[in-house]
Amino acid sequence: MKKGLTLMITLLLLLPMVSVWAGGQQEGAAAAEETETAEVPEVKLDYGKPSGDLELFSWWAGDEAPALNALIDLYNDNYPQVEVINATVTGGSGVNAKAVLKTRMLGGDPPDSFQVHAGQELIGTWVAAERMLDLTPLFESEGWMDVIPEDLINLIGTENGIWSVPVNIHRSNVMWYIPENLDKWGVEVPQSWDEFLEIADDLEAEGVVPLSLATNWTVNHLWESVALGVLGADKYDGLWNGELSWTSEEAVEVWATLDEVLEYTNDDFSSLSWQQATDLVVGGDAAFNIMGDWAAGYMSTTLNLEPGSDYSWAASPGTEGAFMFLADSFGFPKGVKNPAAALAWLKTCGSLEGQDTFNPLKGSISSRTDSDLSKYNDYSQSAAKDFADNRIVGSLAHGVTANEGFMNDFATVMEMFLNNRNPEQAANAAQAIAIQNGIVSR
Amino acid sequence: MSQNTLRRVSPIVYIMVLVMMVIFLVPIYMALITALKNPAEIKLATAWHLPSYPYWQSFVEAYNMLLPSLRNSLVLTISGTVLSALVGSINGFVFSKNRFRGSEIVFTLFLFGMFIPYQIILIPLFQLLRAIGIYGSLYGLILAHVVYGIPITTLIFRNFYDQIPDSLVESARLDGAGFFGLYGRLFLPLSVPGFVVVGIWQFTQIWNEFLWGVTLTKQSSQPVTVGLAQLAGGQAVNWNLPMAGSFLAGFPVLLIYIFFGRYFIRGLLAGSVKE
Amino acid sequence: MVGSKRNSVYSMLVLLPSLILLLIFVYGFIGNSFYVSLTDWGTGAALRENPVKNLIGFENYRRLFTGAIHERFRQDLINAIFYSLFLVTGTLGLGLFLAIMLDKGPKGENILRTVFLFPMALSFVVTGTIWRWIFSPKGGVNLIPTWFGMERGDFLWLSSREKVALFNWQSVPQIIALILFVIFAFMLYGGWKNGRRTQTIWGAVLSGLMLFYAAVLHYLLPPILPHAEFHGFSLATVGIIIAAVWQYSGYTMALYLAGLRGLPVAMYESAKMDGAGDITYYLKIAIPNMWPITLSAIVIISHISLKLFALIFSMAGADNAGTGHPSVLMYLITFRANNFAVGAAISVILFLMAALFIIPYLIQSYRARR
Repeated sequence: MKKGLTLMITLLLLLPMVSVWAGGQQEGAAAAEETETAEVPEVKLDYGKPSGDLELFSWWAGDEAPALNALIDLYNDNYPQVEVINATVTGGSGVNAKAVLKTRMLGGDPPDSFQVHAGQELIGTWVAAERMLDLTPLFESEGWMDVIPEDLINLIGTENGIWSVPVNIHRSNVMWYIPENLDKWGVEVPQSWDEFLEIADDLEAEGVVPLSLATNWTVNHLWESVALGVLGADKYDGLWNGELSWTSEEAVEVWATLDEVLEYTNDDFSSLSWQQATDLVVGGDAAFNIMGDWAAGYMSTTLNLEPGSDYSWAASPGTEGAFMFLADSFGFPKGVKNPAAALAWLKTCGSLEGQDTFNPLKGSISSRTDSDLSKYNDYSQSAAKDFADNRIVGSLAHGVTANEGFMNDFATVMEMFLNNRNPEQAANAAQAIAIQNGIVSR
Repeated sequence: MSQNTLRRVSPIVYIMVLVMMVIFLVPIYMALITALKNPAEIKLATAWHLPSYPYWQSFVEAYNMLLPSLRNSLVLTISGTVLSALVGSINGFVFSKNRFRGSEIVFTLFLFGMFIPYQIILIPLFQLLRAIGIYGSLYGLILAHVVYGIPITTLIFRNFYDQIPDSLVESARLDGAGFFGLYGRLFLPLSVPGFVVVGIWQFTQIWNEFLWGVTLTKQSSQPVTVGLAQLAGGQAVNWNLPMAGSFLAGFPVLLIYIFFGRYFIRGLLAGSVKE
Repeated sequence: MVGSKRNSVYSMLVLLPSLILLLIFVYGFIGNSFYVSLTDWGTGAALRENPVKNLIGFENYRRLFTGAIHERFRQDLINAIFYSLFLVTGTLGLGLFLAIMLDKGPKGENILRTVFLFPMALSFVVTGTIWRWIFSPKGGVNLIPTWFGMERGDFLWLSSREKVALFNWQSVPQIIALILFVIFAFMLYGGWKNGRRTQTIWGAVLSGLMLFYAAVLHYLLPPILPHAEFHGFSLATVGIIIAAVWQYSGYTMALYLAGLRGLPVAMYESAKMDGAGDITYYLKIAIPNMWPITLSAIVIISHISLKLFALIFSMAGADNAGTGHPSVLMYLITFRANNFAVGAAISVILFLMAALFIIPYLIQSYRARR
């Protein structure tokens, strides 16, 4: 009996060892293949006539589904032979979708095209892993080089190619309010964070939350607006291109300002959804909310409010003249099952008709400069105007400026900061994760 | 105690069980009234109030949204349950009545699989499913549920067959019944209660599983727990829909539970590795 | 016995498919994850078709326990311990209470049992969705005080940032040493009392070493973290714990009820003859006699407590650090940060925590069967 027990334990211990060894063998073989790096494959323009199934992967559901469905309808009008499989994975603020996409790519089974935030979220993960096709030939043949702003093309491309087709542009640095309520409370829209802090006490005295806030990622969203407001566009960019240290006095100042601003937010923020934070403003419980312009879609469509009169907006404090953007885009993974249909999908996404079908419903603006503004509401028209004139910077919270590793670690740093409210320590930690994730060199 | 009916039950007991019963039913009450409210009527401040009129539309909407995943769950759960029960039954037969040198060690090796946190096998699992070409389909999910169901089904059947007296087995053997004859003619017909217990247990386990459902399936094959998470996790939080969806997703297991509750409890007891 | 050899062959043949499957799916996969946890498979190019994985030893584990960035992992680990602790005591306590109530034989036992047990039949995704609504800060349970004319409660059930019973992570080695000191001191005492020489010597040496470490060495060695880092019981977990206890108390109730019904009637009667009241009977006789059931329940519930992933995920979300659990963090680190090696390391730690309960239990039940 003792013997049996010993045998069992030995077996238990031995098995993992054997598979470790087997795993190592396999790895060795893989590493040998690694040495020959092929040139970046480009998309071809002649996959033939689209037919069969097209599997589209996104996290657009609920309020955002109608926009995607309209785009799919348009696609089906043009390519009726293709059956579109709309694979949506929602929940966990996109985490579920990413998990599923990653298991599928690792398993060698990519969807024909997938939604991804344009910029480093795509580049840092999928382009770095050499999983994407270069779309430059497509951009040239469709004439997109001329209608999509160069700044934007630079942000969605690397020196080796252009990696995705942006279907929309959202603005991150927007502050929302109800004009009637501001009149009632006798406050003006603050132009800087200092001005905000001045009026915040008065608002609190009125029993109003000066700035409504929601679940964790919206704090990161607030952070980027504060950073842009405190640093200005050039220095904000400096954080990402290594010209401004994360431990510099200015960078610490961002955290210190955020610390002061957080004093004027609702206590229960981490259990609210972003819509609930918007509701606080609409319901007159809070004065301002900083959120991307999908909030305009929510207020116009879901809550039936009139932009400009029922609700209004301004650039977040201190960011007038700067447009912090994020974009959803679709890429072309290597090894898809139906390249012809995928190519046709990307053409639809980038086309004028496609963008002007999708965006008015999504509440975003077109990434093309030639879009027909009469199809958009007041808010979107003003955003389109700003997008054309303003200085463009990328959003951190929505994947433009930093890779996924940094974004995930930044969420941890933010959590640490919310617990100890120590600007110095947060700045140091941010520097550490920037080094670790290759944002800045050592 | 069998004679407890003869004793007078103190009113304190009644008060306490009543209080506990009310507390246990609170979540059901909340889910029901929220599901039956018109979305416009759902406000935090009136969360406990009854709906002013029943708004059945949420159930219809949730049903339409969950229908494909409900269908998947049904296929997945039934095939997973049947297969793992069959495997468990013959394994249990071996471990109970055909012991060989080292069979106890093998049994213990089997049992270990019941207790591992499934995070640790997640990545290798999808790599393997992909390698054999069934990743993303219901087959992959069924395979996973059958394999990781083997320990518990084997355990329950072993405990069940242990109750069949050895003398019965001996006399059947003397009558010339071989291994399979014994299993097919004597044990299978006696196994109906065992299959019910295992069936109910596996049904609830597979029906309720979420982690694999979300990582190992494609859109077309996702189970209802994932469908429900979609319903509750989308951008807009209309609480009526997730609540109505909760009812729909919980309904089949509740039904089984109410009709076969006795067997369910037996499964629970058997699941606790009793000797 | 005639044909018993053939029986053995059939037995093994029948078991072989299951055995092979389990060897691959359980033991092989665990080994694979352990291997991945020793590599640097992560970040940017992690999702290549043939990712480069270099063996780096236990570096990932070192970083998790002492690296500045993994503060959340350490709090999650503490949370996991508290989840297990409260889930076990909560379900055992409430389950025993319910079982005793039902054992008293109130009418309608079937209905009562159904009510107490049905939560267990439901998916964590279902119950998590419902409980999230009940624990909304401005609704649900926080409204209850208003029924009695009081102010609305303002406890943040799922998102409180408060922690109690704080301790510094830097003192963890010292705390461990002190715990070991107590264990070895008992060993020393036992050896001395029973006159076992080897045990006495070992007890003396080991407890002395531990005491020396805790009292002297700990202060001389460099701290495991560059700065003090405080962890404790996160109050945001209370909501999750309540939901989980609600869901699993019926289970322990069923176990205990079966146990109470299994006790011989004579036991109750002789206790009554000795003049014992009901309370004395349950406390002094029934509960000690059900020790094996309690043990099984502890093992099962603590292993369930490591599988709270879906409940936490649907109730509080993955990003809510207050309610964090290593299983949720593993999901984030693997699938959002693409750090497969660190994710695997967390899953191995989770596995070891489970093994801590399970292996002794399996060995014990193996022995009992022999």
